[in-house]
Amino acid sequence: MLIQCGVIQQAPIRVAALTTAMSIALLLSAAPALAQDITGAGATFPAPIYSSWGEDYAKVSGGRLNYQALGSGAGVTQIVNRTVDFGASDSPVAAEKLEKEKLLQFPAVIGAVVLVVNIPSVDGTKLRLTGELLGEIYVGRIRLWNDPKITAINPGLKLPQIPISPAYRADSSGTTSIFTKYVSSVSPIFKERTGAGNSVAWRTGLGAPGNAGVAAAVKNIKGGIGYVEFAYAAENGMQPLMLANKDGKFISPSVPSFLAAASHADWANAKNMAATMQNMAGETSWPIVSSTYILVPRDSTDPVRTQHVLQFFDWSYRNGAATADRLHYIMLPPEVQDLARRQWTTLIAGGKPLWPPATN
Amino acid sequence: MKELSPAARARYFRRQLVDRLMGGLCVLAAGIGLVLLGLILWMLFSNGIGGLSLSVFTNSMAQPGAAGGLANAIVGSIIQVGLGAMIGAPLGMMVGVYLSEVGKDSRFASVVRFVNDILLSAPSVLIGLFVYQIAVSPLGGFSGFAGALALALIAMPIVARTTEDILRLVPQAYRDGAVALGSRENEVVRKVVLPAAFGGILTGVLLAVARIAGETAPLLFTSLGNTNWSTDLTQPMASLPIAIYRYAGSPYPEWVALAWTGAMLITVGVLSLNILSRFSHAAISGKQGG
Amino acid sequence: MTTPAVPDETIGARRLHFGDTAFRISLLAAGALVVIVLFSILVIMFNGGKLAFDTFGLGFITGTEWNPVTQIYGALPAITGTIVTAALALLIAWPIGFGIAFFLTEICPDRLRAPLGVAIELLAAVPSIVYGMWGFFVLAPFMSEYVQPWLTQTFIWIPPIGDSFFWFTAPPIGVGLLTASLILAVMILPFIAATTRDVLRSSPQLLKDGAYAMGATRWEALTGAVIPAVRGSLFGAVFLGLGRALGETMAVVFVIGNATRMPDSIMAPSATIASVVANSFPEAEPGTLDLAVLLALGFILFVVSFGVLAIARVFLRQERMS
Repeated sequence: MLIQCGVIQQAPIRVAALTTAMSIALLLSAAPALAQDITGAGATFPAPIYSSWGEDYAKVSGGRLNYQALGSGAGVTQIVNRTVDFGASDSPVAAEKLEKEKLLQFPAVIGAVVLVVNIPSVDGTKLRLTGELLGEIYVGRIRLWNDPKITAINPGLKLPQIPISPAYRADSSGTTSIFTKYVSSVSPIFKERTGAGNSVAWRTGLGAPGNAGVAAAVKNIKGGIGYVEFAYAAENGMQPLMLANKDGKFISPSVPSFLAAASHADWANAKNMAATMQNMAGETSWPIVSSTYILVPRDSTDPVRTQHVLQFFDWSYRNGAATADRLHYIMLPPEVQDLARRQWTTLIAGGKPLWPPATN
Repeated sequence: MKELSPAARARYFRRQLVDRLMGGLCVLAAGIGLVLLGLILWMLFSNGIGGLSLSVFTNSMAQPGAAGGLANAIVGSIIQVGLGAMIGAPLGMMVGVYLSEVGKDSRFASVVRFVNDILLSAPSVLIGLFVYQIAVSPLGGFSGFAGALALALIAMPIVARTTEDILRLVPQAYRDGAVALGSRENEVVRKVVLPAAFGGILTGVLLAVARIAGETAPLLFTSLGNTNWSTDLTQPMASLPIAIYRYAGSPYPEWVALAWTGAMLITVGVLSLNILSRFSHAAISGKQGG
Repeated sequence: MTTPAVPDETIGARRLHFGDTAFRISLLAAGALVVIVLFSILVIMFNGGKLAFDTFGLGFITGTEWNPVTQIYGALPAITGTIVTAALALLIAWPIGFGIAFFLTEICPDRLRAPLGVAIELLAAVPSIVYGMWGFFVLAPFMSEYVQPWLTQTFIWIPPIGDSFFWFTAPPIGVGLLTASLILAVMILPFIAATTRDVLRSSPQLLKDGAYAMGATRWEALTGAVIPAVRGSLFGAVFLGLGRALGETMAVVFVIGNATRMPDSIMAPSATIASVVANSFPEAEPGTLDLAVLLALGFILFVVSFGVLAIARVFLRQERMS
């Protein structure tokens, strides 16, 4: 026994030596981050395009972007805590909050929320719904797909008698905010029982993580319905249904329909550039369109970093259209981009505006 | 041999029956375990092998379309798990040794034992919350070090509990023999008890490493993740679980494939660690296991 | 018996040797650190959560409405989900884990013992997020297609409890309390099996030999001689499992359905404290009620663990005394 113990003793020593070596290696390998690297966090919806722009930007400028898609609510929290260089939120932040937390808000890109369904032997793209019906479905008042209210506006479809399983976002999400704002504005019962926000009290249905979680939930459950960003529906080859817009027309979601809605937005009078694009007038407008916003601090302890953020987005405005097309996003109209740049000039550090950057 | 009475014979057969039945149920249990394992591994490998290529190890995370890989996530995970284990395992072992050898049934030891068990049941997300409050928010940024700290706090109670349990099973005769031969208290522990329990302690450490290697939630709140190459512990750091979480839920096939490959890599990595340490221990001690 | 070669005076000196003191102090410090860590966590949780308790009082624990929009928060749905999934998971996993351990130590042929043992431990190496993905993409559709409809039909005769609980009657959405419990059971299985196996393996051969010598069967030797001697350590194995079940986050988020409402059936979508915190923390800002309720939930979870462990200790103490 003692002999065994004497031999076994070598093992702990070996382990100690190994760990010492590892820690030395770790310390030696620590590499400092580049000065122009910027960190952003927030909305999941624009994550692919921000990352894409970031990589292209790194090739021309050397500054790298590290964007983490934590969700819109998280993006706001992190920039409030100043733990990142910019926050990203799918829904605009309230004016009082921007004031209190000394944040500047500007839009980056435009997207739309669509609805996808999984009804056996029914082509989802031919299904028609209205905002009010959506509201009643999501509070559990309409429970079956062959409910008379649904069949009334879908005379050409044979809807089965299966339960409706509404899916929603489990994590706090700007997509939820955009969707619930729209439904609250057209469905009184939804507004009363659930309301609008990044996180709400859903009365029925199930929550899945992320846009793709909702898409997968719908795909897996017969009778499922869920809301996702258009980019996710397009990439997944899902078939979104038709919604009635303000003019009473049922339209399918498409880039032209989003542009139609965006063209009616009142940018000039929008406070903090939070122009509403939901339920817009126009025969071909899609009712659930929104821009996604960037938040930067007005009082950063390192204003150069904020300047790098602005340079990145300026470059993306000018050079990012091809990527946006490929990934199914919609660029801001040029006038709106200029409006954004004008907002940037209100960022002052050391007596000088951060925008335009001094050329040397 | 005496003839068995009918009653005794009936009892005998009943006992045999119970033994056989229970044995059969245990075989069934093992079968269930293996089938489950097979199903999960099948899903992991059939989806993960497809994305496996050299670029996974040489390229950092990139946009869909570019030849992205998982290099930065792999390195980030190794660094944070390694550091977390290096902090948490020795501390846990010390606590386990304290509970089994020094404190034993004293008041304070009971309190420590109890507290350790509570920490054991702590959801990893709450540990992440805690570390966020003490190491991220006040310091103004996410960091790989905060991530490692969160992992260490998760690993420590696991190692402490398993160490104490295994040490308690070392026969008192070992300790008495050492004392009888003139060993001091700390020598008894270091040179006799610990080596005898090494296999079991190793299992505990490996269980802890397995647990923290796959943890996502605490890292989300502490090291945030990083899409670029970085080994700087004071900055956000990438890790495999976070990469998987981001990629698995995305609509891009290359990212989803990488997510499966990443999951496969974690599993294979921990398994290799497991097998490697078992074999080296067996080679040293000349017998399998603890 | 010969007198000890070491004179009495040196025995005292040996106990006070520097190495021993340093040894004891460092170990004591480690133990103290554990207590300090928990204390700090509790303080931070309680401090942060105070706003929630001030706003709702005890109604926070009994409230069933969780509404971020109207800022009315009640924790009962999350607490219920946590307890139910952990209990069910433990109920399912413990006998199977124990069976596996017994199989590996007693029944399994020697050649297969190591590889099968490694195979079981491999289940523990699978990252929790993979369990979530497996649960969501494989198990949930299976539950939705086959298991849930079957359960609904088979148990339809059980009368519902008033208007609020329907046992097994629910739309077959695949995710929910039952699926989450199953996934948790699979996740804690390897921990229970591996630790129980190690405990059984390390138990003195003498106990088994004695039992066999008296004519016991394998099962009787195990339950009559070995287990009573190592019961405390076996409990440890169970608690490792319970710890994982209560604390699991990512896998639960995928398969529990994330509905912060009281469940109306055993298959209903639900939420656990861990899943609510994981989903809501990123948006919760410091100083707000949103963050306070999450910290308060964390505090409650610690209290629940405290209660469970205290009960277990009472059990153990009774066992030790009898």
